[in-house]
Amino acid sequence: MKTDHLEISGKKYSSRLIIGTGKFKDFQTMKNAHLASGAGMVTVAVRRVELDRDKESLLDWIDTKKMTLLPNTAGCYTAEDAIRTAILAREACGTRLIKLEVIGDKKTLFPDNEGLLRATRHLVKDGFVVLPYTNDDLIVCKKLRDAGAAAVMPLAAPIGSGLGIRNPGNLRLIMEEIQDLPIIVDAGVGTASDAALTMELGADGILINTAIACARDAVKMARAMKDAVVAGRLAREAGRIPRRAYATASSPQTGLLD
Amino acid sequence: MSIRLVVNGEDRQVPFSLSVADLLVDLELETRRVAVEHNCRVLKRDEFPAVILADGDRIEIVHFVGGG
Repeated sequence: MKTDHLEISGKKYSSRLIIGTGKFKDFQTMKNAHLASGAGMVTVAVRRVELDRDKESLLDWIDTKKMTLLPNTAGCYTAEDAIRTAILAREACGTRLIKLEVIGDKKTLFPDNEGLLRATRHLVKDGFVVLPYTNDDLIVCKKLRDAGAAAVMPLAAPIGSGLGIRNPGNLRLIMEEIQDLPIIVDAGVGTASDAALTMELGADGILINTAIACARDAVKMARAMKDAVVAGRLAREAGRIPRRAYATASSPQTGLLD
Repeated sequence: MSIRLVVNGEDRQVPFSLSVADLLVDLELETRRVAVEHNCRVLKRDEFPAVILADGDRIEIVHFVGGG
């Protein structure tokens, strides 16, 4: 995907950064961080309305003319729950986009790939643009592609862990072997260098929530992530030099004084 | 005359012959920002005025919250 924008299912997004809406200390901070990030897509979760509570809505703080909503199925532990949540999300905002999560375990929040594949097939048939959150496993990513996913979203590390890329070799393999679908790295980023490295590895996009929302200064971190994603992508396109074990002088070795 | 519903897991008494659209008005919810499931079937938004609630119906009303 040698383009200067992220493209998902024929639609172009000006930024390769997708930003979350969870865990910000307040809506105003979230909005400022969104603006600072330059992201064109934001994730949202589907939950029961709390009856008899303050009716302030998350959507009051998202400019949906400029930001595309990407609902998720976070918190779903079966394919059936994820499908149900996806259908509710579609009705709530009219989008066909879904960031599909089928979680296998509460402690790691690692995906249940069996359920994920099943839900992907079902939702693709139902007309959804499915972006499944998955492991950094090439074979699973290929199966998701073959199931009709519009992009695959392998993790860098467990959700919210901030550990950075645990297995760059695996992510690199996924990016090399799957060229016909956007690879959007999702989860585990801790700081700007993680985002830059992700883009240098060849990711088409990256989704960041906790690393921005829970930074001491969320707005500043959003800006840092924006720049890191651009820098990493430019470096990827520019082509890094080969690694060498020994020095090669940068200054001429001739014309030296006696 | 009233009927009993289960709305988002809570028991609620509502007037007889209330539609889903009426229920949302009662709950002060904006139609365009929620999705509704009626007895395990997700409704299309344009069905809200036509679906009349019956005693014992189970309603789920969801909206978007912060998430990653």
